[in-house]
Amino acid sequence: MIKTSYSEAILSGFDYLLQNYPEVFVLGQGLWSPWYVGNTMKNLDKKYGKERIIDTPVSESACTGAAIGASICGMKPIVVHPRMDFMMYAMDSIVNQAAKWSYMFGGQLNAPVTIRSIINRGGSQGAQHSQALHSWFAHIPGIRVVMPSTVQDARDLLISSVLCPDPVIYIDDKWLYNETDILEPIKEISLNSVTPQCLKKGDKITIVSSGFSTLLALKASTFLNRVGIGAEVFDLRVLNPFNSKNILDSVLKTKRLLVIDSGWKACGMSSEVITSIVEQIPTNTLINPPRRITLPNSPAPSSEVHEKDYYLNEEKIIKFINAYYVF
Amino acid sequence: MLSEGVENFIEDPNFIFPELNLSQIKPSYLEDFLFSMSLIRAAEIKIAKAKKNGLIKGPVHLGVGQEAIAVGVSKSLRDTDRIFGAHRSHSHILGVDKDLRKLFAEVLGRKTGFSAGMGGSMHLASKSKGFMGSVPIVTGTVPLAVGAGLASKLQKSSDIAISYLGDGATEEGVFHESLNFARVSNIPVLFVVENNLFSSHMHMSLRQPLNTINRFAKAHKIKAKLLDGNDVIEIYKTSSEFIKNMRSKPEPYLIEAITYRWFGHVDWRDDIDVGVARSKKDLLNWKKRDPIKRLRDAMINKKIWTNEKQLNLDVKVKNLVEENWETAMKDDFPDRNSLLDNVYKDD
Ligand SMILES: Cc1ncc(C[n+]2csc(CCOP(=O)(O)OP(=O)(O)O)c2C)c(N)n1
Ligand SMILES: [Mg+2]
Repeated sequence: MIKTSYSEAILSGFDYLLQNYPEVFVLGQGLWSPWYVGNTMKNLDKKYGKERIIDTPVSESACTGAAIGASICGMKPIVVHPRMDFMMYAMDSIVNQAAKWSYMFGGQLNAPVTIRSIINRGGSQGAQHSQALHSWFAHIPGIRVVMPSTVQDARDLLISSVLCPDPVIYIDDKWLYNETDILEPIKEISLNSVTPQCLKKGDKITIVSSGFSTLLALKASTFLNRVGIGAEVFDLRVLNPFNSKNILDSVLKTKRLLVIDSGWKACGMSSEVITSIVEQIPTNTLINPPRRITLPNSPAPSSEVHEKDYYLNEEKIIKFINAYYVF
Repeated sequence: MLSEGVENFIEDPNFIFPELNLSQIKPSYLEDFLFSMSLIRAAEIKIAKAKKNGLIKGPVHLGVGQEAIAVGVSKSLRDTDRIFGAHRSHSHILGVDKDLRKLFAEVLGRKTGFSAGMGGSMHLASKSKGFMGSVPIVTGTVPLAVGAGLASKLQKSSDIAISYLGDGATEEGVFHESLNFARVSNIPVLFVVENNLFSSHMHMSLRQPLNTINRFAKAHKIKAKLLDGNDVIEIYKTSSEFIKNMRSKPEPYLIEAITYRWFGHVDWRDDIDVGVARSKKDLLNWKKRDPIKRLRDAMINKKIWTNEKQLNLDVKVKNLVEENWETAMKDDFPDRNSLLDNVYKDD
């Protein structure tokens, strides 16, 4: 069987959508150059034409707003922001407009736009070229936030996002682009049916994560299993609306909860997961206090000296578990 | 207001400008321009080589070929003015602060650098010289420069603000808001648009209906001039006139300087540009319009300069670059335990 990479899986998702849905078009910066988007958009402009694959001026705000407008009028646009940080200029369109269009007009209109936002960090790129702001968007009612971690999800959840009648922020991570897997044939899945996925079974601790952090969680769990600590790993997949059911069941079994997030701690996804679980379990269920591993409370450093300390890795996770949990 | 021939300059790749007009410029100024441009060029070529050799970790955006703009503008600035740049700002900071060690150290991530090793090439500042910051979010600093000019006005000083930006940056909405606000509030800010015809892989013709952007100034009733950005004399004359006016009567101005970068969008290569092949012919044509060579040739023709003086200048520049590089290479990295320093100023 042929293995597909995470980035090729995204490309095949685009290909499927453009092939089967004439109302799908893509716009954003760098779509005609591999520089920004790697091979995730390779040759789409040649195959589907530059009218459907639009490389844009440096105008995130207008392009995102325009995509939202087109989505209200029957199209299924995908806006690509090659770096999440660049998308800050588009916040009004996303938060004030797209998120609320269905609600404000009593369901008469809706904005089925997909905003693909790439997390691209490391390499001393510094504070404005490194951010993972998924938690922010997950705060907003009306926006769905999708964060694929597996190769299969990279393709399938892109398709689900675009076919969803709501605005979706689809967040992929450059650090996952070289992960590979064997893909199942494409099935169209409703986002409503996508819940946190258990990627590894275990009975001693529940680890919840998303995106690239899930890869780290899996690596750490392999090590933990070897030393007799069965870790159950959940990949969030959809951050908003957050469905806690599977995770709750797992925590009731393992009685330990750890959340790993590539964002910051304060008001972050880790806070949301822990709170949602803690408020549903009887007091004294947990053997250890619930914990979270997040970024330090600083902007991303440029210095290579600090970058090593700033970003998470599997050793840090294993150390953390050894320090804070008693088994 | 157009300086003559600039349109040909953009449209006709074979168009070569006539000799620079040096009249009314003091020879000491000319020598200073020549030295400053040469120093900036040599420093950036050093950085390009070091990037190629893997000595620099972060991305570097080089402005080789564009030196005349910052050098021409900086001549009329003083330490209390307020200058903002973007991702391609080595020349902007060196224009007002020629401390090569600080630039090299910063690019190398050392704590003796312009930003104490916390920024790298894309985040430069030198408060004592009025350089208030350069960052890589496109157009991010444009409204900040407007605010810096506003502050100066409220402080009743005659200091002015400089906003360096590229052609691509004029595509962000905030650029237009900034022009309008600066105009209606009569804010002393000079927008210096370095139009090198490219925004990463995209030529102007793929992004805007015209290859020039000074029309935006007209729309906001801002006095503007379209200039040959590879003519340091033109840049100097126009910016000094604008800046003089701004100091006595606060209001915004705009300079659009047509130029070209010799390296790709980012890092050291000149043959490919962020994944897209660049036209070798265009690059060669633009190299014929080298701002340094054009000034030097004119000075030699006018007998203000000699080949011998040029040799001395070359040696001086080379030594400055090498000495400062050696020093910076020996400088320390920031302390590992300083990760959380300065997140808040009041800690
Ligand atoms: C808000 C934002 N959008 C996109 C980018 C990616 N980007 C970095 S530099 C650049 C080109 C900007 O072109 P221009 O303003 O002409 O400056 P030049 O590189 O030519 O000096 C782009 C699009 C960014 N850094 N910030
Ligand atoms: Mg440009």
